[in-house]
Amino acid sequence: MPIAEGVAFDLTFVWGFLIAFAVLIYVVLDGFDLGLGMLFAVEPERRHRDVMMNSVAPVWDGNETWLVLGGGGLFAAFPLAYALILPALYAPIIAMLLALIFRGVAFEFRWRTERWRGVWDVAFIGGSAVAALSQGIALGALLQGITIDKAARAYAGGWWDWLTPFSVTVGLAVMVGYMLLGATWLIMKTDGELQDRMRTRAWILGVATVAFIGAVSLWTPFLQEGYFVRWFAGTRIFLAVLVGAAVLGLAVLMFRALHVHRHDYWPFMLALAMFGLCFVGLGICMFPYIVPTEVTLWEAAAPYRSQLFMIIGAGILIPIILAYTGYAYWVFRGKVDPEAGYH
Amino acid sequence: MLASFDAVLLARIQFAFTVSFHFLFPAFTIGLASYLAVLNGLWLWTKDHKYLDLFRYWVKIFALAFAMGVVSGIVMSYQFGTNWSVFSDKAGPVIGAPMAYEVLSAFFLEAGFLGIMLFGRERVGPGLHMAATAAVAFGTFFSAFWILSVNSWMQTPAGFSIDPDTGQFLPENFWEIIFNPSFPYRLMHTVTAAYLTTAFIVGGVAAFHLLRRRRRGEAVSEATKTMFSMAMWMAAIVAPVQIFLGDLHGINTLEHQPAKVMAMEGHYESHDHGAPLYLFGIPNDETQTLDYAVGIPKLSSLILKHDLNAPLDGLDTIPDDEQPPVGIVFWSFRVMVAVGFAMLGIGAWSLWARWRGRLFEAPWLHRAALAMAPSGLIAVLAGWITTEVGRQPYTIYGMLRTAESAAPLDAAAVGTSLIAFIVVYFAVFGAGTFYIMRLMSRPPVFDEPRLKDVTKGPTRTAGITPAIEEAMRRPDAAHPGE
Repeated sequence: MPIAEGVAFDLTFVWGFLIAFAVLIYVVLDGFDLGLGMLFAVEPERRHRDVMMNSVAPVWDGNETWLVLGGGGLFAAFPLAYALILPALYAPIIAMLLALIFRGVAFEFRWRTERWRGVWDVAFIGGSAVAALSQGIALGALLQGITIDKAARAYAGGWWDWLTPFSVTVGLAVMVGYMLLGATWLIMKTDGELQDRMRTRAWILGVATVAFIGAVSLWTPFLQEGYFVRWFAGTRIFLAVLVGAAVLGLAVLMFRALHVHRHDYWPFMLALAMFGLCFVGLGICMFPYIVPTEVTLWEAAAPYRSQLFMIIGAGILIPIILAYTGYAYWVFRGKVDPEAGYH
Repeated sequence: MLASFDAVLLARIQFAFTVSFHFLFPAFTIGLASYLAVLNGLWLWTKDHKYLDLFRYWVKIFALAFAMGVVSGIVMSYQFGTNWSVFSDKAGPVIGAPMAYEVLSAFFLEAGFLGIMLFGRERVGPGLHMAATAAVAFGTFFSAFWILSVNSWMQTPAGFSIDPDTGQFLPENFWEIIFNPSFPYRLMHTVTAAYLTTAFIVGGVAAFHLLRRRRRGEAVSEATKTMFSMAMWMAAIVAPVQIFLGDLHGINTLEHQPAKVMAMEGHYESHDHGAPLYLFGIPNDETQTLDYAVGIPKLSSLILKHDLNAPLDGLDTIPDDEQPPVGIVFWSFRVMVAVGFAMLGIGAWSLWARWRGRLFEAPWLHRAALAMAPSGLIAVLAGWITTEVGRQPYTIYGMLRTAESAAPLDAAAVGTSLIAFIVVYFAVFGAGTFYIMRLMSRPPVFDEPRLKDVTKGPTRTAGITPAIEEAMRRPDAAHPGE
């Protein structure tokens, strides 16, 4: 691999990092949107549903755009990986796209009709649930490895390879994790009865999330020998223990913030941190592969000239995007509709 | 072999179906975003309340159309990988970069400021709200810029080399890639088409309310009049410009994709001394003839070469396996041109009515404008079909065939997803179109009540909710003069 080509090496690494960054931002931002959508199912009261949806209505579109950057960035910077991974994950990706259609239009359609409001509520719940599940399944399927024909530069597996107990477990883990993000987001954005109920739910969802993180973390190293070596060989076991302890530590802090201090925004921040940590763990697992144990970042990379042309724009535009995204969140800061008399 | 052909055909149908649906929304929202920015600016400048009323009226329709554009657009961005993975691997190094720029410079701008545009007027103040509205409008334009650059590169590839090992297209010069030979023409022609599309929808809605008020013998509000007037100015000025741009685009296509123009014109045979313009004919790919042809002598040469007697090559100079299917291209091109000239006619008619001082008292003009409301969408789809089918059998013109671009797909997988897309799109976007039409069936009202004023519920200024509809039925909610 052209690691010797100093600068080219760096750019590929930078692009790998940037795409991972975009996916992480997507996961935590649209994660709470989708989680909130799933929590709609257990919140039958219309006024509460209104508040829940309004808490993300001004920002969900920006959140979802990070998914487009993740996919578009992969296409641009690692076209071979894009061409291998997407056909391999055909069914979950199509399911995710269709689900995101239902979820996205529900934000607008729900307000346009009295008679069909229930239908769009179900579309919102179902769209969020299927999107989350298929994202998790896609991640699981990628982690367990995909069959490729390296010479033909093409996917060479079957159309149901993605469906395994492991990928479904990861799918459920992502659903539960997203719901935790959604519940803690709502604790931050609401008050009164709705907030109280979300505190209770966040407790259950928190326990379930930690359990799922544990299960997936213990399962993953046994999928591929490379993963096992990466986590448990020699002194690396300390790293594994450290990461595990950090997740548990964050979980304890979150539960304390939830129920001892009854804090409004710390539970959400700590849930985000937990997701971030899992993501780092995932990165450790996969690096330097982009298609695990088959194709490395450098094998899949677009030519240096493409990466250079894009890094100029990304270097200028991503900080600007983060600035105005932050501004948009700041504009809509605080509780949803603080003056309304709900109590 | 047959199975793989089926999968490719299904993938093509899927792409054509999903992109056709998707394209309708940006074709409408590119123009509407600019219209909203202009209305917002006019409101700030003149403080004439009718502009704010029109803004509030159209922003709700924009929100619906934009949401549908976003969700159908995400499908497009992933379909390159799921269904056209070989194309993605090969072309990614070249077109991935402009597509990434589209996300970075357009999608985030639109999405980031959309929330402030829809919900933020009371929260950020008028200046920043105006800036957010303008940012959304610029975002839609940047998006058109980049995606049309990519599409144009696939039609007239430039600035690349081929990797001998992997068969990938490698970028040599991004300036040449982005500003490839057909890009300026395609960009101007498409963005102008989007503006016309919006103008005719806005004009059609205004005409509907003018007609209804007239039938009921009621006075027409200033807001409705302004809506009609602005739309008709747009039609009168932009329709002729568009025809001129279309001619330039056609000449450019003749230079770079002659087979496409031959199919558009129905020229199976070469013409040494001036080619006729066929007004009618049934293209027959089997016999390579245009049956029942009715043509005006030498006019095709005049339009394409600006010379009555210029020779024009026909499809007989193109190998059979490099010819596009003529029938679809021939007819879709004619539909587009016919709609374009009808638009020109409406624009001229409106100028005449305006000159006579009867712009708002011309029921036949209003009926024509109402009938023409969806004309832009039809023209845009027909034009898109012309250019996309006309480039077949290639995805990258002259370089990569469509049949060689598809993912190694299982026909069952593509077929299933195709059915799913068709069912979901008709259900979801059908409902959305219904909601848009219902909003359009109401006239703009004076100082529309905000949700906060009528309920104790949460604030969502972009949405007309049942509570607001209730409030709008009160007699004092009507527009002065209505």
